[in-house]
Amino acid sequence: MAYSDKVLDHYENPRNVGAFDAEDQDVGTGMVGAPACGDVMKLQIKVNDAGFIEDAKFKTYGCGSAIASSSLVTEMLKGKTLDQALDIKNTHIAEELALPPVKIHCSVLAEDAIRAAISDYRSKNMTEADGYNACKSAA
Amino acid sequence: MTDLPIYLDYSATTPVDLRVANKMFPYLTEVYGNPASRSHAYGWNAEAAVDLAREQVASLVNCDPKEIVWTSGATESNNLAIKGAAHFYAANGKHLITIKTEHKAVLDTVRELEREGFTATYLSPLENGLVDIEVFKAAIQPDTIVVSVMLVNNEIGVIQDIITIGNICREKGIIFHVDAAQATGKVEIDLEKLPVDLMSFSAHKTYGPKGIGALYVCRKPRIRLEAQMHGGGHERGFRSGTLPVHQIVGMGEAFSIAKAEMAEENARIRILRDKLWAGLSTVEEAYLNGDLAQRVPHNLNVSFNYVEGESLMMAVKGIAVSSGSACTSSSLEPSYVLRAIGREDELAHSSIRFSIGRYTTEADIDYAIDLIKNKVGQLRDLSPLWDMFKAGIDIASVSWVHGTESHREPEAVVA
Repeated sequence: MAYSDKVLDHYENPRNVGAFDAEDQDVGTGMVGAPACGDVMKLQIKVNDAGFIEDAKFKTYGCGSAIASSSLVTEMLKGKTLDQALDIKNTHIAEELALPPVKIHCSVLAEDAIRAAISDYRSKNMTEADGYNACKSAA
Repeated sequence: MTDLPIYLDYSATTPVDLRVANKMFPYLTEVYGNPASRSHAYGWNAEAAVDLAREQVASLVNCDPKEIVWTSGATESNNLAIKGAAHFYAANGKHLITIKTEHKAVLDTVRELEREGFTATYLSPLENGLVDIEVFKAAIQPDTIVVSVMLVNNEIGVIQDIITIGNICREKGIIFHVDAAQATGKVEIDLEKLPVDLMSFSAHKTYGPKGIGALYVCRKPRIRLEAQMHGGGHERGFRSGTLPVHQIVGMGEAFSIAKAEMAEENARIRILRDKLWAGLSTVEEAYLNGDLAQRVPHNLNVSFNYVEGESLMMAVKGIAVSSGSACTSSSLEPSYVLRAIGREDELAHSSIRFSIGRYTTEADIDYAIDLIKNKVGQLRDLSPLWDMFKAGIDIASVSWVHGTESHREPEAVVA
């Protein structure tokens, strides 16, 4: 598999690896994919009072381009509002990383992870429900 | 040339031993006659070289040189043995038996015979990779004519009990073929004692050149085959085609070296392999694939849980190894051998086959252990599955978000 330099860079030096406490009110967590499919992405956003994403972290089980896609997304998210974040499409990720056609699904997964994290944050903060753990339930 | 990784893929192929290459060279430029030329010294000299090589090959496996038929490699030997025997003995029956963990050169040959009207049973091995003898016995039918079982598995290195299987075949009058491509120079082969009718060999797995192999065809009892390659009637009609003398000389020399050095070499390689496993077995959630005792010393096949196969292969670029997942252009297929011994997809994907050989050093092994430990650790630091495992969450019990959003059709990328 011939990867672009950008993929290799993110794969070898992944940005923003780690986790926030999923129970925190200002954290939204999205976990998408499945081990049997070869990709699991966990993306977390931390949203400040002004409604901007001030930090993002990820952990990914997957191929080089899945790791690179999630690493790139954490960089793209910082400083955006939730609505701006929802404008990030898989095509942007795939283009930025020059993903080969067989790896486009990695960018789709990364987009899904953004949506899942935002929806977790919103449901948490609108319903005031207990922080639900996306690791345990596939909402 | 750029820096090459450390070679730990001797089961894929081996370098030609320099002693072998030096023997081959004059047969390209000086002794270039056709061994089938009966009327002049060019032909006679070439024939003498072929005869010597035939003796060298026969000597490693203790058979009569007349029982050795040159082919282009083990793939051709497997085709000639299985198709040749099935076609010749078709009047006696239509059923063949083989094992799910055989090389594709056997499995696809049997599949082809099924298309021609033969029937076949593909036995599942035990979890350690070995054939269950009782299951094998139960699979034999009155019309079974050919059984094919490999001596040493190419992926997991396990050694099958071909004495027991062969004795059962002899008792029932069934032709028994053994693919020994991965076995020469690694396990003792004594065809005078072994109840084997047909055995396939390859030169390039044993420090000889690519493109040359042989098939042992037993004379007592006499085994007959329908030729698959027709022409000048070379090799007593079993396989037509001008003999590639330099290749044959190379195979002979390689097998002669194997015979002389295998005891010492295997002892050295076993120490390296055991050192590798001692290092890797300390990695948490690392699983050995295939039986450890009933296995050639050259092979180690290990799965690392909670890391993904392709990223693992990317991470270990410093060593040249094989992965249990064949990353084809469109899909990531887990190894069918590991699936057949009951490994689930995730573990089959994240497996690495290390194969050690003549030029592997202790420093190579130390490097490999450090690299694997380091990179598996890094990938697990990235892996949400590893976190879940560490938190005591049963990953099998999680209902994953898939088949819905994440598997929708992607939007096309605008170039």
